[in-house]
Amino acid sequence: MTHRMTEGVPSQTCAFTVEYPADGAQPASVRAVLAGPWLVGTVSAVDADVRAAASDVRAIDASRVHEIDTVGAWVIARLMAESGAVLIGASDKAQRLIAAVQDARPQDEPPAPAKPLAARMVARVGENVIGAGAGVLAILSFLGALLSALGGTIAHPRRLRGRALIRQIELVGIDSLGIIALMSFLVGIVIAQQGAVQLQQFGAEIYTVNLTGRLAFRELGVLMTAIMVAGRSGSAFAAQIGTMKLTEEVDAMRTIGVSPTEALILPRVLAAVLMMPLLGFYSSIIAIVGGAVISAVTLDIPFWNFIARVQEVVPLRDLWVGVVKGPVFGLIIAMTGCYQGMMVSGNSEEVGHRTTNAVVQAIFVVIVLDAFFAVFFSEIGWI
Amino acid sequence: MSGQGTGGAASEAAITIEGLDNRFGDHVIHHDLSLQVRRGEILGVVGGSGTGKSVLMRSIIGLQRPTQGQITVLGQDVDAPPQHGMGDIRSRWGVLFQGGALFSTLTVAENVEVPLKEFYPDMSARLRREIARYKVMLTGLPQEAADKFPSELSGGMKKRAGLARALALDPELLFLDEPTAGLDPIGAAAFDRLTLELQDTLGLTVFLITHDLDTLHEICDRVAVLADKQVIACGTIAQLMASDHPWIQDYFNGPRGRAAAAGHLPVGDALDFGAQTKA
Repeated sequence: MTHRMTEGVPSQTCAFTVEYPADGAQPASVRAVLAGPWLVGTVSAVDADVRAAASDVRAIDASRVHEIDTVGAWVIARLMAESGAVLIGASDKAQRLIAAVQDARPQDEPPAPAKPLAARMVARVGENVIGAGAGVLAILSFLGALLSALGGTIAHPRRLRGRALIRQIELVGIDSLGIIALMSFLVGIVIAQQGAVQLQQFGAEIYTVNLTGRLAFRELGVLMTAIMVAGRSGSAFAAQIGTMKLTEEVDAMRTIGVSPTEALILPRVLAAVLMMPLLGFYSSIIAIVGGAVISAVTLDIPFWNFIARVQEVVPLRDLWVGVVKGPVFGLIIAMTGCYQGMMVSGNSEEVGHRTTNAVVQAIFVVIVLDAFFAVFFSEIGWI
Repeated sequence: MSGQGTGGAASEAAITIEGLDNRFGDHVIHHDLSLQVRRGEILGVVGGSGTGKSVLMRSIIGLQRPTQGQITVLGQDVDAPPQHGMGDIRSRWGVLFQGGALFSTLTVAENVEVPLKEFYPDMSARLRREIARYKVMLTGLPQEAADKFPSELSGGMKKRAGLARALALDPELLFLDEPTAGLDPIGAAAFDRLTLELQDTLGLTVFLITHDLDTLHEICDRVAVLADKQVIACGTIAQLMASDHPWIQDYFNGPRGRAAAAGHLPVGDALDFGAQTKA
C-alpha cells in the first residue's frame, strides 16, 4: 500500500468500518467510522468498501480522520450523496473541502465509456462512408485549387516561386541521388543474378542482358524511384505542411494574401514532376551498371560487352515507357503528400497519421497505375 | 492552512533558494540569487523580459539544472536523484505551463488522469475517472469539457484544464507560469479569483510568474522582483512601492501600475470577494 509521507502521526493507512447496531432492529443507527489519513494515496484502498456500504450507512463519523485532501473529501461527499447520511465530527478543513468538491460534483454519472459492439460497428461503418464521401469532395477541391494555382502561374510566370522550386528540386532530386543509386545498383545485381540462374538452364545466359536492360528501363527504374521518393519526399511534404497547419503558419500566409497552394504546394508538386523522370532514368542506368558488374563477375560477360549489348537489345521506346510514367508518379506522390498535410488539424498525432497515409496511398496508387500502364503499352504494341 | 502531512511550523519555507547561478555558455541569467517562499503564501514573481523568470521556475522544478547553488523544495533537495513513489517531490507539486502544455492526444479528463495513473497505479479506474471529473469542475470548467480534446478548447479553458491537471495529485505547491497571459480581462479576473479560492480552500503555496499588475494587486501576498540577475526586492506591494530602485518605480508607479493600484480593492475585501464566488 502506498501512502503519503507523514511524520509523527499514529496511522499511515486510512480505515473505513461500518458499525451495525447490536440487535439489528435499528437500521437508522448504522454508522460508518472513518479514520487515518484520507488522502489521494490512501483512499483507493477503501474505495470499494465505501461504495458497497453506501446503501446502509445513515451517519458518517469523520472525527478520527486526521488528514484529508480533496480526493478523500470527494469519496466522503460521494458517500453522503449516495446514502443521504449525515456527517459528524468532521474538522473545519474536512468540511471546507467536502463543500468545495460537492459544488464540483458532476450533475449525473459520467456516461458509460463504451456502447455495445454491434452499435459501434454500425456507427464506424457509417462514419467511414460519410468520411469517404467528404474525402472525395476534399480531393476534388484540392485538385481544383492546384489547377487554378498552376493556371495563375502560367498566366503570370512572375508569380512562380523560383527559390522555393529550386529548393524543393534539391531536396527531392539531388539529395536522393545517393540512396537511389545504392538501391538501384543492388536491385540490378539481384535481377541479373537471379535471371542468369534461370536462363543458364537453357544455355541462354546472354539474355540476362535483355532481361536486365529492358526491365530496368520499362519498370524497375521508375517504380523503385517512385517508392523511394514517396518514402523520402511524400512523407516530408505531409509532415512539413501538417506541422505548418498546426502552428497556424498556413493561416498566417492566407491572411497576408499568400496562397498556400502557390507558395507551398505548387513548388513541391512541380519539383516532384520534374525530378521523377530524371531520377527514374538515372536509376535505370545504375541498375544496368549493377547487372553488368555481377555479369562480369559470375557470367564472364565483360562489363563493356554487357553495356554495348544493352544498346543493341533495348529499343528506344523502352526508355520512353519508363520516362513517361515518371511525371505521373511524381504528381501522385507530391499531391498525396501535400493533400494529407493540408488535411491535418487538431493535434500532433494527426501529423503522424497523415504522414503514414501519404506514403501508403502514394505507393498504392503508383503500383495500381503502373499495372494500367503495362496493359496500355502492350495494347498499343509497345512491347 | 499550511501544507498537509508535514509536522513543521507554519512559518517553515516551502521553497528555499540559496546562491543560485544559471548560465548558458557565457550568458549569465542568474548570479547568486536567493529567495524564500513561505508556506501558504501566494508569491508573485515579476521582472522584465529576459530576466530569467521562467528559468528560475524551471530550476526549482528540476527541468533546468543550475550551474551552482542549492534549491530546497518542501524540505527536499531538488538536485537529489528522483525517487519514485510517494516520497517523490514531484507528487507534491503541480505545474501550469504557459500554454497549458496539455497532452494533445488525450481528452481533458484523461490529461488529469495521467499523474494519478503514474503515481497511484493501484487506484481503480472508476475512482480515477471520478477524481478527474470533479477536478475539471473544480477549476470552473463545464462538465462537458472533460471529454473534449485540448484543440477543441479556447485559450482560457486550456489554462483551466492545465490547472486541473496541475491539481490532480492535491499538491502542496503550485507553480503558475503567466496564468492570465492571453486572457481577456474578465477571464483573467476570474482566473485570479479561482487561484485565490483554491489557495484558500486547499491550503496551497503558489509560485506565480506574471506580468499582470492586476493579478499582483489582487491575489499576491508578496512579490519578488527579478532584475540584475538577482532578486532585488521581495515584499508586499506597499513595501516595494517605497523602494527607490528605478525599475521597481517604473513598474509599480508607471501609468499601468498606478491604474492597477487605483482599481484594486483593499486586501480584506479582495479576500471576501474570492470567498463569495464559490461557497
